[in-house]
Amino acid sequence: MTEALRLENVHKYFGRLEVLRGIDLALEEHEVVCLIGASGSGKSTLLRCVNLLERIDAGRILLAGEDITGRGVDVNGVRRGIGIVFQAFNLFPHMTVVRNVTLGPRKALGVPRDRAESDALALLERFGLADKRDEYPDRLSGGQQQRLAIVRALAMRPELMLLDEVTSALDPELVGEVLEVIRELAEGGMTMLIATHEMAFAREIARRVCFLDAGVILEQGPPEEIFTTPREQRTQEFLRRVIEAGRL
Amino acid sequence: MDHGQGEGSPDHAGLAATGSRSSRILGGAEGARAVAIALASTVVLFTVLAVLVVTSPGWPEFRRTFLNREVFREALPEIADAFLLNVRIFLIAEGIILVFALFIAVLRSLPGPVFFPLRVLAIVYTDVFRGIPTILVIYTLGFGAPALQLSWVPISPLFWGVVSLVLVYSAYVAEVYRAGIESVHPSQEAAARSLGLNRGQALRFVIIPQAVRRVVPPLLNDFIGLQKDTALVAIIGPVEAFRQAQIEEAATFNFTPYLVTGLLFLLLTIPLARLTDWLIARDRRRQLAGARA
Repeated sequence: MTEALRLENVHKYFGRLEVLRGIDLALEEHEVVCLIGASGSGKSTLLRCVNLLERIDAGRILLAGEDITGRGVDVNGVRRGIGIVFQAFNLFPHMTVVRNVTLGPRKALGVPRDRAESDALALLERFGLADKRDEYPDRLSGGQQQRLAIVRALAMRPELMLLDEVTSALDPELVGEVLEVIRELAEGGMTMLIATHEMAFAREIARRVCFLDAGVILEQGPPEEIFTTPREQRTQEFLRRVIEAGRL
Repeated sequence: MDHGQGEGSPDHAGLAATGSRSSRILGGAEGARAVAIALASTVVLFTVLAVLVVTSPGWPEFRRTFLNREVFREALPEIADAFLLNVRIFLIAEGIILVFALFIAVLRSLPGPVFFPLRVLAIVYTDVFRGIPTILVIYTLGFGAPALQLSWVPISPLFWGVVSLVLVYSAYVAEVYRAGIESVHPSQEAAARSLGLNRGQALRFVIIPQAVRRVVPPLLNDFIGLQKDTALVAIIGPVEAFRQAQIEEAATFNFTPYLVTGLLFLLLTIPLARLTDWLIARDRRRQLAGARA
């Protein structure tokens, strides 16, 4: 197994607030890892750091063995190989569905328009959005919008996908269709780092679950271990609250 | 939108405010009674005003010098002809302003310490040219630049008039663009950059298209101002509509040509003002639709 991603002692400050306080984490190729933890524990920041949307203050991040946080790194090149999907979709509202998908391949990869469009259509077909190709995002349901955001990221043929609480902004009845897409990606062998509040889903899909608390990975392990016999008291408390809220 | 017949309830007032424009002009009330009230009060007001003006001691003289039918008829073709110059100045200046102001706005929104001097330059530019009266800029450039007697500096006053308007209005329009750029949520840039687009591409394909759509109404508003200010170019020589009216006035000792000029300007600016209002109303409807979705 080759290593897809490695974080070594990653620190991140927002002003004087230390959001990540020494994160060590490694993902093998085709591995699915879920990040769980309360809001503000640093899950989103961690994902944004991997995608270089935030600059880390100490430590380093290696993508397929290459340091992507050093000096002189081609930031745009790194991002082309990593897909990220945001909680709030962040689709381009002024572009049709198909143009949302083709923008990256055409402008960042230089794929000719015809090919970018046929590739996009194949992906839209696969995720049940082909009939929406000429609609604008505001005409889609929340579930469709988030599936479109996933398709937009996939169109770059990334080696790693980062999913940042992709179901948190959805109505409960729309969560299922998005999770189905992620399940399909996992079965297809996509390497994924997933921040999520869907504990049942994390338990089902993740090879490993990391519990983030106040900017550190307090505990990690196979889902059955984390969810049934957590060692740390903070993890136990967190899971108890989640169970009380009916999310597990 | 559905309007009930009841009046006065808060619900109803809310609906009327977001409804058609006519209902807002009528003051939010609905129905035949509202139209009747509006009509009556309008008639009363304007009758009183008209009586006041017409019965004033100087009215016959005023009518002869400002509202003279013959002078109007004679002056119209010449002034209309001169007015084409205003339209030309406006169209040329507008085209340049749209591009130049966007350039200034982009300079001002460049991030990072490297671009500090460019940002400062853009800020100084907008501050200076929004701060100086347009007429002063036209005067200074129109008489000053040719006075340098450099062979490669154009001496045409028309040229310097257009340059002045471009400089002044670009400062305003750049600020309008900048407001638009800043109104696009940072998550849009994050989404674009996460696809591997560089900052320039993110600006060009994602941020600016959204920014420009949002600022079309204020942009048109500035262009209404620009249309009027084309008359200021007259002070350095070009014979546009206002100057032509002055010439006619000097020949006839009659002020009616100014009325002609005013009407010609209204002919140009009113449609643009209506268009702006219509666009704003359409935007509001869309936002409401978006909020409901």
